[in-house]
Amino acid sequence: MLVPIEWLKDYTTVNSSIDDFCEKMIMSGSNLETCQFFGEEIKDVIIGKIVRIENHPDADKLVICYVETGEEELTQIVTGATNVFEGAFVPVAIHGSKLPGNIKITRGTLRGIESNGMLCSMEELGFEDKVIPSQHRGGIWILNGLMADDSWKLGQDLVEVLGLKTAVVDFEITPNRPDCLCMIGMARESAATFGEKLQYPETRCEKETGSAEDYITVEIRKPELCRRYVARVVTDVVIKESPWWLQKRLMFAGMRAINNIVDITNFVMLEYGNPIHAFDIRCIEGEKIIVDTAEQGELFVSLDGSERKLNENMLLIKDASKSVAIAGVMGGQNSEIASDTSTILIEAANFNGDSIRSTSKKLSLRTEASSRFEKGIDPNLCEAAADRVCKLIEILGAGTVVGGSVDAYPAPSTMPMVQVRTARVNSVLGISILRTKMADIFESLEMRVEGDEETLKVTPPSIRQDLIEEVDFIEEIARIYGYDKLPMTLPRGNQEARKSRERQLKDLAKQTMCALGANEVQTYSFVSPKGIDFVRIAEDSWERNFVKIINPLGDENSVMRTILTPNMMEILGRNFSRNIEKVRAFEIGNTFTQNIADPEGLPDEQDSMVIATYGKDESFYTLKGMLVEMLRVFGITDIRFESESDYGVYHPGRCARIILGDVEIGIMGEVHPEVCDKYGINTKCYCSELMFDVVMNAANIEKIYKPLPKYPSTSRDIALLVTEDVQVGMLENIIKENGSDILEKIQMFDVYRGKQIGEGQKSVAFALTYRGVDKTLTDEDVTKVHNKVLAELKEKAKATLREM
Amino acid sequence: MHNQLEKILNEANEQIQKAVTVLDAEEIRVRLLGKKGALTEILRSMGKLGPEERKELGLKANNVRNEIETMLEEKFAQVKNAAREAKFIMEKIDVTEPGVEMTLGVKHPITLTIDEISRVFMSMGFSISDGPEVETVFNNFDALNAGPNHPARDYSDTFYITENTLLRTQTSPVQVRTLMSTEPPIMVISPGRCFRCDTPDATHSPMFHQVEGLVVDEGITMADLKGTLDSFAKQLFGPQVKTKFRPHHFPFTEPSAEMDVSCFKCGGKGCRVCKGSGWIEILGCGMVHPNVLKVGEVDTERFTGFAFGMGVERIAMLKYGVDDIRLFYENDMRFINQFK
Repeated sequence: MLVPIEWLKDYTTVNSSIDDFCEKMIMSGSNLETCQFFGEEIKDVIIGKIVRIENHPDADKLVICYVETGEEELTQIVTGATNVFEGAFVPVAIHGSKLPGNIKITRGTLRGIESNGMLCSMEELGFEDKVIPSQHRGGIWILNGLMADDSWKLGQDLVEVLGLKTAVVDFEITPNRPDCLCMIGMARESAATFGEKLQYPETRCEKETGSAEDYITVEIRKPELCRRYVARVVTDVVIKESPWWLQKRLMFAGMRAINNIVDITNFVMLEYGNPIHAFDIRCIEGEKIIVDTAEQGELFVSLDGSERKLNENMLLIKDASKSVAIAGVMGGQNSEIASDTSTILIEAANFNGDSIRSTSKKLSLRTEASSRFEKGIDPNLCEAAADRVCKLIEILGAGTVVGGSVDAYPAPSTMPMVQVRTARVNSVLGISILRTKMADIFESLEMRVEGDEETLKVTPPSIRQDLIEEVDFIEEIARIYGYDKLPMTLPRGNQEARKSRERQLKDLAKQTMCALGANEVQTYSFVSPKGIDFVRIAEDSWERNFVKIINPLGDENSVMRTILTPNMMEILGRNFSRNIEKVRAFEIGNTFTQNIADPEGLPDEQDSMVIATYGKDESFYTLKGMLVEMLRVFGITDIRFESESDYGVYHPGRCARIILGDVEIGIMGEVHPEVCDKYGINTKCYCSELMFDVVMNAANIEKIYKPLPKYPSTSRDIALLVTEDVQVGMLENIIKENGSDILEKIQMFDVYRGKQIGEGQKSVAFALTYRGVDKTLTDEDVTKVHNKVLAELKEKAKATLREM
Repeated sequence: MHNQLEKILNEANEQIQKAVTVLDAEEIRVRLLGKKGALTEILRSMGKLGPEERKELGLKANNVRNEIETMLEEKFAQVKNAAREAKFIMEKIDVTEPGVEMTLGVKHPITLTIDEISRVFMSMGFSISDGPEVETVFNNFDALNAGPNHPARDYSDTFYITENTLLRTQTSPVQVRTLMSTEPPIMVISPGRCFRCDTPDATHSPMFHQVEGLVVDEGITMADLKGTLDSFAKQLFGPQVKTKFRPHHFPFTEPSAEMDVSCFKCGGKGCRVCKGSGWIEILGCGMVHPNVLKVGEVDTERFTGFAFGMGVERIAMLKYGVDDIRLFYENDMRFINQFK
């Protein structure tokens, strides 16, 4: 909402500096986006008159202008503009002047001819394209006719003469305050903030002729969609350019001047916030305005020339035989004001916001009017707005105002009186201010205050449709009293801060993974469905049971992730492509699958954890080591790794399911080379995904001390020669089962394959540690058990002892 | 024999002086004091002497022995020390060679920021609670007093799963869940992921994180809101920062406010970080709207409360000086490693 301060001053006093004004307005609830100072950057641009134009001797596209600037001698300026003429008043940037964008104008020569400055366009003076009237576009700004010629002298400063220096504040209006989307609304806020009076503009015409009722009748057939329709009539309309002051107001407020009638309707819309529409009354048949919905499938050509297909819910303005406007959105071509229009009908109406929103959305036609109606407008504004249009037409001499108005207002809106308890105000805000102070604040916002010491009975003005219940009024007190004046205290109650077990375990997992050298990553919860193909998940797997987004930004973010592995592979790929030599990374995050029992309900959200590595020294076993250590921190030690050769993500010979008891808690492996190819990774990657919910359920992080051993241990190293198909896990199991209670620890420390042993064979070396629970073991004690172990290894795994 | 003892002593002295290595010294010890050593020989032959003479000679022999032992001890210490010194010189290393690489991983900067925010609020007695990323329309909008035509409900703003479920656009639905499951007094924060239909650019991400906070108890005032959040800002950004509460509008709080902190980069003078204003917007907050409390069947006459919500990425960007939000989700290791 652009508010030129000069305009605001029409309705209230603004004494503060602009900085102070902005700061106080922010603190009373009108936040601002920017504050711009128009004209600040223009220096020494003066008004000149072109008295003679000559062709440039050496350039077809340039002319030499001799410009009178109040000095004795004419100023010679070369220009390429084509709209200059002898007798034109123009802005002249003389030698040494400055233009917006820190542009300095100096004397120079153009194709050998001296040029002592520059003639300026509106663009060059800092006006935005969208506000420049069409006749002033793309050429030198011709000032003729803008102001009475006797109001300026040649050589005078352009900025001063035209009043171009102004501050324009861009306020951010929150959706609860549509009443602030107009100059009077912002003036009301300013007046309340600074304790000043609000002065409403003049709306009564000096002279009116005839009666509007003789020209038109209004019938509202859908009162739920149109609460009020005010029509006024103006005859003998003269369409012409608006005076400079009006053009300037519109431009600084971000609108473009078009002609006097359009400009007045726009001006009043900006002033009161109520959109205004003007019809050529010649085109209204039967002297009748009917507000009704469209026929299903009706075709209508709007002002912008496009034919639009309407439906039966869209509200229209019709005459006795046809439709003339899409209510509150856009007028029709068939009733448009033309250059020869002489009598106009001025519409100031109030349409239902939801209806306008849905019409505008369905037609993909959003206009200044529709966006204002959408937000909700006070129906009591219509009359003043229509009157104000007539008053401005009178002031501008743009027509003869017809007396009276036709006002269809089936159910006038009144505001409810709300009870506001003084004690409640103080207890919510943590202050103790007096009733009189509260009443003053309400009255400064044009509210009516009654009631007794304990309770204020407050009736807000009808523009404040957002004030409905007590708490709304408490907010009004708070913002005008000043948030900065509220004290700072801490809540009295003492609370014990708790963290859920899940949060504690996730924190622990993250801490552990970091200690193991892995970086945490965070990836989007929504993914491309292609990721599942990239990691070669089988066709009918649960991982494809996607929760889909109806309106995704694109295919790449269209489904919720079911597993984290594809995202992780993408990150490995990205880092690999950026020549990062080594990556250890993990993510803990939510995964989503459709709720089979209740497809309409919330999906199943499960925590998952992915760990992945690549780089020098990384292997299946470094990853396995990290996993085992992480699970050990969670108190989970009794896990098995079982070969899996049929999970698409991984190398069929280098993949394991991770089993706890009889429950699978995850999977790990060397990533399948095809998957690496998909992500552009030209090295071996290792990855694991754990069902973190299951891990958290199984976790036991209670620590219980076990006494340190009292008796010494004995260690025996063995190297076992076995065939390749015998897994180390099996050997370990055999050792464990036969080690009785004195076997404390098995540590595999080497696997050897090579020339010294036969092909298809490997030698696995273990260190076995024996320790007595209640005595120092003798050599005999150990040998007895150890021999049993060796015998069983030979029996069950065909393992022969190899000389170490 | 006396002369012999003298001679042994003199020789010993001479030889020990000359000894250079531990081996030399040991050889002398064996030769003189060993089982077949010269001194031992003399002592052994003393049996032939009379008692007086034996006593006198014994005393002298012992003295000689002690003297030699003392000299040898000194020698041993000296040569051992010399040997060690020589070894040190041999073993000298280049201390400027790099250490063996030890790599500690690091948490993602968003996690670090959430941890830091959580730590501050936990120190003030806030518990932490969680909610799902896919939420009901009711919890995300209706229960939070957002009208049926609230623009945030549009397909252009919010990702929908079905007509009634969506990706939460804010962590505020956890407020609703908390109010429906917990009796006051309530003091919780809930950090988590949120989603909005924003095309990614330097300052927008369709997924981002918020930390939501909710306090409901008897006698909670807007002054408590200010005090709590002011304390939070000082703990997070430093004791010198000032806070400013500006009126604002949110459907689920009233009165509502936005909190700015004085720029912790320039101290409020105006710089690039605060865009010259001296203030940085940090969070939205307000007194919980009675309509929201009613969803949790809270007695709105007896209890009042305040709520707040802040964007984690925004705070992380400010704290760490990150200028592009997309960096958080690219997960370049060179980026993440900077937060060690």
